[in-house]
Amino acid sequence: MQLGNPAIVAFILRRIALSLVTLVLLSLMVFFGGQVLPGNVGRAILGPFADEASVQALNQSLGLDRPYIVQYWDWISNFVQGDMGMSYAFRSPVAPFVLDALANSCKLALVAFLIVVPLGILGGIVAALNVNRPIDRIISLGGLSVTVLPEFVTGIVLILIFSIWLDWLPVTATWPEGAGLGTQLYHLILPALPLFLVLFGYIARMARAGMVEALDSDYTRTAVLKGLSWPTVIRRHVLRNALLPTITVIATQTGYLIGGLVVVETLFRYQGIGSLIYTAARGKDFPMLEAGILTIGVVFALATLAADLAYTLLNPRIRLGAET
Amino acid sequence: MSAIDTSTETDRSPLRELIAALGRSRTFLAGAAILLFWILCALFGRYFVPYDPLADDIINSLLPPSAEHWFGTDQLGRDVFSRVIVGSRDILTVAPLATVLATVLGTTLGLITGYFRGLVDDIISRIIEAFMAIPVVIVALLAIVALGPSTLTVITVIGLAFSPIIARTVRSAVLAERELDYVAAAKLRRENALYIMFGEILPNVLPPILVEATVRLGYAIFAVATLSFMGFGIQPPSPDWGLSVSTNYGMIGGGFWWTVLFDSLAIATLVVGVNLIADGVAGALDD
Repeated sequence: MQLGNPAIVAFILRRIALSLVTLVLLSLMVFFGGQVLPGNVGRAILGPFADEASVQALNQSLGLDRPYIVQYWDWISNFVQGDMGMSYAFRSPVAPFVLDALANSCKLALVAFLIVVPLGILGGIVAALNVNRPIDRIISLGGLSVTVLPEFVTGIVLILIFSIWLDWLPVTATWPEGAGLGTQLYHLILPALPLFLVLFGYIARMARAGMVEALDSDYTRTAVLKGLSWPTVIRRHVLRNALLPTITVIATQTGYLIGGLVVVETLFRYQGIGSLIYTAARGKDFPMLEAGILTIGVVFALATLAADLAYTLLNPRIRLGAET
Repeated sequence: MSAIDTSTETDRSPLRELIAALGRSRTFLAGAAILLFWILCALFGRYFVPYDPLADDIINSLLPPSAEHWFGTDQLGRDVFSRVIVGSRDILTVAPLATVLATVLGTTLGLITGYFRGLVDDIISRIIEAFMAIPVVIVALLAIVALGPSTLTVITVIGLAFSPIIARTVRSAVLAERELDYVAAAKLRRENALYIMFGEILPNVLPPILVEATVRLGYAIFAVATLSFMGFGIQPPSPDWGLSVSTNYGMIGGGFWWTVLFDSLAIATLVVGVNLIADGVAGALDD
């Protein structure tokens, strides 16, 4: 079993350690950005006309008069235990807001992934089987052109086409209270499309590159020469080898997806973690902002870690050979 | 290097070769034409637009496209066509400056980590890896909220956020160069490390830096437009495209499509243009 291999164990441990470093670094940045840079929080909340004594009193009640290192430790150890602090805007604990929003975002991300993964892989396969023909050009160039567009640009154009002109889909992603799965999906299709467009090009390109390489390989030629039918060759030899790198790309795209969620959720007024961060940022609700960003960081770190580990276990020679 | 006649061998500089290759690349030329168009609009647009892009005209607000107002008017009665033409100005200042900052910082970091290796490299590389695992838009958002939105903040934040990626590219190029004879020769001459890094190695790793910088410029435009759309980038009253979309998209349900469509398309053309340039440069250097 591969897990018995000391090199792999060492790699996995190193990879986990790196994720931890990332999270600590992120938490320091979040703390620095949320609690050190803004300066006088009490003054910011109470406004320029409040007297100095009440500003100091508020700072003291928020614990902001203590040394930074104590504040950081306090904040991060509470966060790890699930206490994400009190929202300045709502005067209530942040955690329920963040968890609700996270669940909503996962729904949206799931819809986007369910559309983009099969279509992206399919697009890549079709392009690879028709290399340099018009259909390949359309998929490759078209996919790459929409990939580079900001989500709000594609989002606006999609809203104009599908909601305003064709009147097929709703403008906002917010469904009526207690709506069924079908209605929820109906509201989520349009917001998922900009995310789809950003991811489609990457996934299709990776699937295409993997397929082209596999089609060109000795084992494919051998399989053809020994008389296997073309569909069998594709299924048994080409696809298997071609799709492994694609799977990793898909997993690493969670980062882009998260960045995209902030924009898409804002544009479609969807109550996810992205719009939570946006609203907190606009209202300078720093505890909410910090909790939102750190939660996203944790989700992202876990996703990339899982992707890397899965890939290593599936194909150790590539990962460990590329030691830099 | 196949069928080129050898008579030009003597005066063939890498730069001249690159320019010739770019001139043959249709991708590059198409991208360059788009970018040039928007640069000209940014520089001279205000002298030939039909209306003052900042002048309110409330009586004529939200007019659909017509002969007088080609792209219609927005909610304050400002001419959308004039605003779109002039709107390239700020993004074409902020995004390139952020890219330059990222390139300078990233190149310096990459040279240091690639040249010295060892402990310095280990520590900086781990920090870079950890940093790259954090989504850029999120970091930028936090920093800009904390510092207050301003052009300078946006440039600094995007420049810092992109520098690790450039550092990684430069580092891997330097790792290959540092084993070559000219570096060994320079070391034998007892040149100091700073000179070897910037005087000897840097000129030889310029091609990958150029490719990475053009790719980053595309992402910088993406990031600046996105931040402006969210209200954390370029600030009013600039006719910036992302900002215009952000102030007008609330009325999209009312059918006022012209207030957002043309700005969106302008961003799209600029981003695609810069990416075509990046593709062209990468292709030309591969030849």
